[in-house]
Amino acid sequence: MASIDIRNVRKNFGIVSVLHGVDLAIENGEFVVLVGPSGCGKSTLLRMIAGLEEVTEGEIRIDGTRVNERAPKDRDIAMVFQSYALYPHMNVAENMSYGLRIRKAASEKIAAAVGNAARKLELQPLLARRPKALSGGQRQRVAMGRAIVRQPKAFLFDEPLSNLDARLREQMRAEIKKLHRDLGATSIYVTHDQIEAMTLADRIVAMHEGVVQQVGSPLELYDRPANLFVAGFIGSPAMNFLLARYEVSAGTAGARLPDGTLIALSSGYQLEEGAAVTLGIRPEHVEMSPASEGSLRAAVDLIEPTGFGIILHLGLHGLPFNVFTLDRAALTAGPTVTVTFPPQHLHLFDETGKRALTSSLQQGKN
Amino acid sequence: MNRYSILGTALHRLAILCYMGFALFPLFWLLKVSVTPNDLLYSEGVRMWPSRMSFEHFRFVLAHSAFPVFFRNSMIVAGATAAIVTLLASLSGYALSRFTFRGKYWLVALMLLTQMFPLVMLVAPIFKMLSPLGLTNSLTGLVVVYTAFNIPFATFLMQSFFDGIPKELEEAAKIDGATQFMAFRQIILPLTLPGIAATLGFVFTAAWSELLFALMLISGNSAATFPVGLLTFVSKFSVDFGQMMAAGVLALIPACLFFLFIQRYLVQGLTAGAVKG
Repeated sequence: MASIDIRNVRKNFGIVSVLHGVDLAIENGEFVVLVGPSGCGKSTLLRMIAGLEEVTEGEIRIDGTRVNERAPKDRDIAMVFQSYALYPHMNVAENMSYGLRIRKAASEKIAAAVGNAARKLELQPLLARRPKALSGGQRQRVAMGRAIVRQPKAFLFDEPLSNLDARLREQMRAEIKKLHRDLGATSIYVTHDQIEAMTLADRIVAMHEGVVQQVGSPLELYDRPANLFVAGFIGSPAMNFLLARYEVSAGTAGARLPDGTLIALSSGYQLEEGAAVTLGIRPEHVEMSPASEGSLRAAVDLIEPTGFGIILHLGLHGLPFNVFTLDRAALTAGPTVTVTFPPQHLHLFDETGKRALTSSLQQGKN
Repeated sequence: MNRYSILGTALHRLAILCYMGFALFPLFWLLKVSVTPNDLLYSEGVRMWPSRMSFEHFRFVLAHSAFPVFFRNSMIVAGATAAIVTLLASLSGYALSRFTFRGKYWLVALMLLTQMFPLVMLVAPIFKMLSPLGLTNSLTGLVVVYTAFNIPFATFLMQSFFDGIPKELEEAAKIDGATQFMAFRQIILPLTLPGIAATLGFVFTAAWSELLFALMLISGNSAATFPVGLLTFVSKFSVDFGQMMAAGVLALIPACLFFLFIQRYLVQGLTAGAVKG
């Protein structure tokens, strides 16, 4: 087990810069998920930790030792690839033991390690099979088995579940979590799937365009997104955004929408009066209610029942706006509905897209 | 199966059959002439099979001509060329497939350029170069020339096979503890066997049947290869077709054996299951 320190790491491919100075300290035994849209640099960062990409600038330390110049084989890490990358000419047992065999481990030790891993991953009946005779889920398991037999300092996962179907993905997600609980190994997991990030991570690192946007526990990112990017990326269906102006009148703060509606806020913010802001609210926090002060009428474009709940696609002043509700009455909603925004669930972002700071004069949840 | 698909299959098979007939007919004719006795060769007209078969041409070629020498020479030249070219081309093809290095673009362009020359243009300069080195009239000289001419194409061929092997396999091996060379030898090379077999086969047949350089660089029977040797059956006044065809049939044998041996590696699909797909 090991800690991993990433200090001001940059990466350029020719003249293209893909990572602009990443700092991250990963503690011993921690499960960290790097999440972001494709091209945000998360896989590049993982490959740099593995030693498959050179570090242009900055430093990567594993257990306090600088590893920038070390070959992947000398870093004592294991990696699970999106494509599994099983050796097709070797059977499952040979695939799993390859790392130990080239390190010239004793054959009893190899047999014991492979046996253990196979038991843990329920691979015993498959040990003599070649990868092409395995299903996607089984291949995935073998890839994990290959990683754990060596008992490396850290596990790196590069979108390991994206090639599986939805049900299998859920199952493997739970298995990865269990495996981490049992082994307690430092793990870095790259995904673009925010559900995987939310469910697996001790800490999530949200990345966008080569810059770390926010680092925190899953609920921190969900409850208090640091900026518009994180707010829009974490959560499904995604957070709704409305442009507004910040106003304070009669001692209470509010956001004035372009149509003149004043949305009450739960506290004051460190913003100029009249400042342009973006108001954010999650679909599951929007309430549908009879018309009242601060409520908005919206046209119903589409109703999507998910079984568990209902997603309503609305048009609010011509802009798309989603509502998620568990109330089945929404299935029969008319051409328009009235929505209100509970103040405690509103997120306010300033002109630069950063989360606005609440002012110290008024207390509130935000 | 409905009527249209039966018709489609039948037409498809028929087309393949026509092609096979077209491609194999010369070989059949070769065999037919080689077993036709001399007295029947011109007297029977055009027949699909002679009324009497004889192996006299084979006996003569094996016992009384220099054919065994030509055969041995060709084996040495084609075998050595195939081995050397495949070894070098697999290394260079791997480098072109996996590494980025300075001048890679120009190197590839240069290799392509060598493929654009008509070989006839190069006969004189090559003779001039090899002559002072004592490499004319020697099998080594032929191996050197054939190797040089076959490497560019073989490199591209091997590169395309390496390109087909996912990069992740090597990366996984490197993370598992292998060096670059170990990953190449233990993971990539076994998966490239079809490519190696194809390259070996291609270069072997190219060297086996090469005539131009063999004719220009070799004089005399001792270092002549089989294609040059075939010309000895052509004299000023006649062509001994029977013996020539018998020699041709014998010359086909090693090529056939060679492909029989490598055909199991030529079968694709060895990499199935490496990655999702």
